[in-house]
Amino acid sequence: MNPMMALAELSPKLQLLLPEMVIFVGAVIVAIRGLSRSRSARESLPLLTCITLLASIAVVPLAWSADGSADTGLLLPRLGRFVDPMIAGVAVLLTLLGIGTVDRRIEATFACGRGTFDPQRVIRGEFYAFFLFSVMGAMLLANATDLIWLFLAIELVSLPTYIMVAIGGQGTRPHEASVKYFFLGAMSTAIFLYGFALLYWSTGSLELIAIRDALAAQSATTGISTVATIGLVMAILGLCFKITAVPMHFYAPDVYEGAPTHVAAFLAFIPKAAGFVALVLLLTCVGWSGHSFLDADGVRIAYDGLPTPIAAILWMVAVITMTLGNVGGLLQTSVKRTLAYSSIAHSGYMVIGLVAGSAAGIDAILLYLLAYGVMTTAAFAALSALERKGEELNSFADISGMRVKHPLMAWMLALSQASLVGMPPFIGFVAKVYLFIAAFEAAQFSLVVVAVLNSAVSALYYLRIAIMPLVAPPSARSDEVTVVPSAWPRFAAVVCGTATLVMSVFAGSILSAARESTSQTKAVATAMDAPKHP
Amino acid sequence: MQLIWLSILTPLLAVVAIVFAPERNARWIALAGTLASLGLLTFIAWQFPEWTTGRYSPSTDAMAWIAGAGLGLTVGFDTVGLLMALLTAFLMPLCIIGSFSSVTIRVKEYYGWFLVLGASIILAFAARDAILFYIGYEFTLVPMTIVIAVYGGTERRIAAIKMFLYTFLGSMFMLAAILYVGWEHRLSTGAWNFDIDALTATSVRLPSSTQYWIFAALMIGFAVKVPLFPLHTWLPLAHDQAPTAGSVILAASMLKLGTYGNYRFALPMAPAGGVELMSVVAILSIIAIIYASLICWVQTDAKKLIAYSSVAHLGLCMLGLFALNPVGAEGAIFYMVNHGLSTGALFLCIGMFYERYHTKDTEVLGGLAKRMPVWACFMVFFTLASVGLPGLNGFVGEFLCVGGTFLAEHDSQSGYPGVLGPWYAIVAALGLIFAAMYLLILLGKIVWGPLREPQRIEGHHDLAAVPIADLNLREVITLAPIAIACLWIGFQPKPMLDAIAPCAERMLVNYPAQVERFMRLEPPAVAAGATAGDKLGAEESR
Repeated sequence: MNPMMALAELSPKLQLLLPEMVIFVGAVIVAIRGLSRSRSARESLPLLTCITLLASIAVVPLAWSADGSADTGLLLPRLGRFVDPMIAGVAVLLTLLGIGTVDRRIEATFACGRGTFDPQRVIRGEFYAFFLFSVMGAMLLANATDLIWLFLAIELVSLPTYIMVAIGGQGTRPHEASVKYFFLGAMSTAIFLYGFALLYWSTGSLELIAIRDALAAQSATTGISTVATIGLVMAILGLCFKITAVPMHFYAPDVYEGAPTHVAAFLAFIPKAAGFVALVLLLTCVGWSGHSFLDADGVRIAYDGLPTPIAAILWMVAVITMTLGNVGGLLQTSVKRTLAYSSIAHSGYMVIGLVAGSAAGIDAILLYLLAYGVMTTAAFAALSALERKGEELNSFADISGMRVKHPLMAWMLALSQASLVGMPPFIGFVAKVYLFIAAFEAAQFSLVVVAVLNSAVSALYYLRIAIMPLVAPPSARSDEVTVVPSAWPRFAAVVCGTATLVMSVFAGSILSAARESTSQTKAVATAMDAPKHP
Repeated sequence: MQLIWLSILTPLLAVVAIVFAPERNARWIALAGTLASLGLLTFIAWQFPEWTTGRYSPSTDAMAWIAGAGLGLTVGFDTVGLLMALLTAFLMPLCIIGSFSSVTIRVKEYYGWFLVLGASIILAFAARDAILFYIGYEFTLVPMTIVIAVYGGTERRIAAIKMFLYTFLGSMFMLAAILYVGWEHRLSTGAWNFDIDALTATSVRLPSSTQYWIFAALMIGFAVKVPLFPLHTWLPLAHDQAPTAGSVILAASMLKLGTYGNYRFALPMAPAGGVELMSVVAILSIIAIIYASLICWVQTDAKKLIAYSSVAHLGLCMLGLFALNPVGAEGAIFYMVNHGLSTGALFLCIGMFYERYHTKDTEVLGGLAKRMPVWACFMVFFTLASVGLPGLNGFVGEFLCVGGTFLAEHDSQSGYPGVLGPWYAIVAALGLIFAAMYLLILLGKIVWGPLREPQRIEGHHDLAAVPIADLNLREVITLAPIAIACLWIGFQPKPMLDAIAPCAERMLVNYPAQVERFMRLEPPAVAAGATAGDKLGAEESR
């Protein structure tokens, strides 16, 4: 039987899940193959992970090949068209960061014959399987149709990361970070689950589309009920944990510092992307002013806009998160902690997109997520490509004068910082400008002013990370820095570093892809062509 | 358009070549890259159709970059942009030649960053899209920070970081203002577009209170770069610490990005704001002139002296711009080019004796004419050009700047009334006299008088047996073209002035009406104040 025909017989919704299915199969294979006695089989796991992720990207067009007439029950029917490849693409690079780090000691023991192979002691299979599961969760989020799905997907993102923090490296610090991360994560889960329950109470449905219609009906008559508002606020606060936004940001510096560098890079992107996608879906249920949707009869219904308490809370989250992240970044003495605060600050910028809402706001968030993923991965990759006496780089003394012995990594670190600070013409600048444009569209001038001032503050610490490796003389500590055995982290750093420049050349097409994915009607092309052929 | 992009990309291609070439060839590749860029720009200038019209060329084709956000890659020159780009491209190869002997560490990187710096400055002068301008404007910071931080003096890192943070903070305000005007354009036309002319057309129609804020935000960005009086503190340190060639480009091209920004953005975009803040900027400029001149007077470090004199001279340039009449604006634009030539050359001269003596202290050095007669000739020549000796290039610009200020009085006959006037001109002219004094004192100390040399020079053990040598051929080649340009412009200022005049008028097109409006509101007639206020209100509500 022709496989294409078989595909066509899948229900449209299942078809949308093709990329996730590919990843699931890959994850199972990886988990089993990790127990193999053969060393080469175990060492091929990262490669398998990459292949799985690339395969899932390859089937994305297939998944969205339907003409769009089928009803998939999705709030933003094409969101996954952009989000899935973005997450999987960055995840490929994130895979490269950790090659050779997981199981390094135990493999060395096996190699020199001091220990015999013991399937209970190797964890590489688990690590990469969890890696894939977490990525799969983030991709599933974009296709969420109801609150249960949303909740399960976001937990699928988080649960593996708690374990990845603990098993991704050596020593006891990762364990401490993992426990801290787990308990705070569990608390945040409880908070947003409670919020979901309140939403269900108020609207009587778990389906996102039904919730949207119920909220629209509420706001048309008596205004959105207090219960629904509280539910939304709690859901937002809970999700703030995933995106490391105030007031749920406390864990970030400790966990990023304690986690192995490659896992910290993972934490900086995957849960954050998942959190933002979840927030976009949740807030789309309420809608931003100036938006409209087509109801079942094809009648266009305009949104009233975010209820004032929610808009106000998001505004405060944005302002406090940016400011706290950047001011906190100034005070750090550890590179990884600085990057953690930078991660907080960038979440603050992206929340501007949530406040701005409208189509431009969501597009700005998607573009910014991609840009942030690439540039922060570049920074973490440059760090994870080097080590000092088997330990990860962490203090500023470690990176001081890095240029002398590791010029390429020093340059990539500097490139990533230039992009993070928003220096033109890097992608960070383009994303930031588009974010400001979205804020202007929503008349959020105050947020632009705060963000602009924050960018200026952030220059202080980004400049330090960029200048130290390039300009400062090598210190006693940085003299002992060597490259890690695997060349892949270096490769990832170079790819991400150059991507910060190259992507801004293609920013136009990236942005139009993002726009296309957030449009609310399924058949975008026909809708856009319609006015031309009256 | 392709030619302009080619002239920007050629240096960048040379950077790629430098990365893969052996170190000893880096300087030649860099020289070839800058010369090719200069050649292309000369060709563009040769074919430039708009020398006397003040229009842009190429005028029509736009290049989209991010269509959804209205960002474009459109480049094109008017006369002023072309002159500034030519100045940059002209100085770049000379800086490269001048660096042959002074750069000994990280040679490839040095030339690479220098080429990037040149390309980015030319991009800023060529951009017709506001965000593209911002990209060029802002990115100059990266290579300059690295050039200062790696190849500079003992406090190089502080100087570099200070420069970066100052300018970055300032230009963030500028970016916000540009985006805001873009938004207003979006409101009035329904599409995002950052074409500078389109933004200007939108912005001049905004209410004057809005224009006030736009002007203030743009001005903060450009004032840091110029630098205007209270925001100038990064400059002397940066100049002092930068390597010679870095100082040259910093003074000649990068500071001009600030005045060019005023010419291209702040003044034409927000005329109502410009008029209201005219006297503030003028007073700050005059403070800069007098204050920096007084500092120069007591300065014993030759390079810092020239750096402070830059602050004073650019104060004069800003004063000319803010006279808001064609005379002053023409003078200011003319002066932008010529300050670049003469100050750039002075930095080169100082770099040359610094390379020999490893000191810039005028208390230790003196009478160098006896040791280095050729160098002394150049030094005296460029100092006189900087002082504004008639017949050399500096004079015309200074004269017009002061003249424009003089004419900008209430009941001006020129058709361009203003709030400045003879008193402003007199105080500014005082600064010119100071300039003559401190520069001639500098000459008196280090060029003439009895020969004074330091006892010991690092890396040069026996001064008596091997005296310090005069300029070699390479150094003469570095300085001679600038000297020829100074002489030529000094004797033939007319073609350039004629080319600048239409640009100056275009910049000022909205000003006579705005100044009229503003002066009707000026207080002296207290009784009339109420009605004038009503008028303003009526205008704004319209």
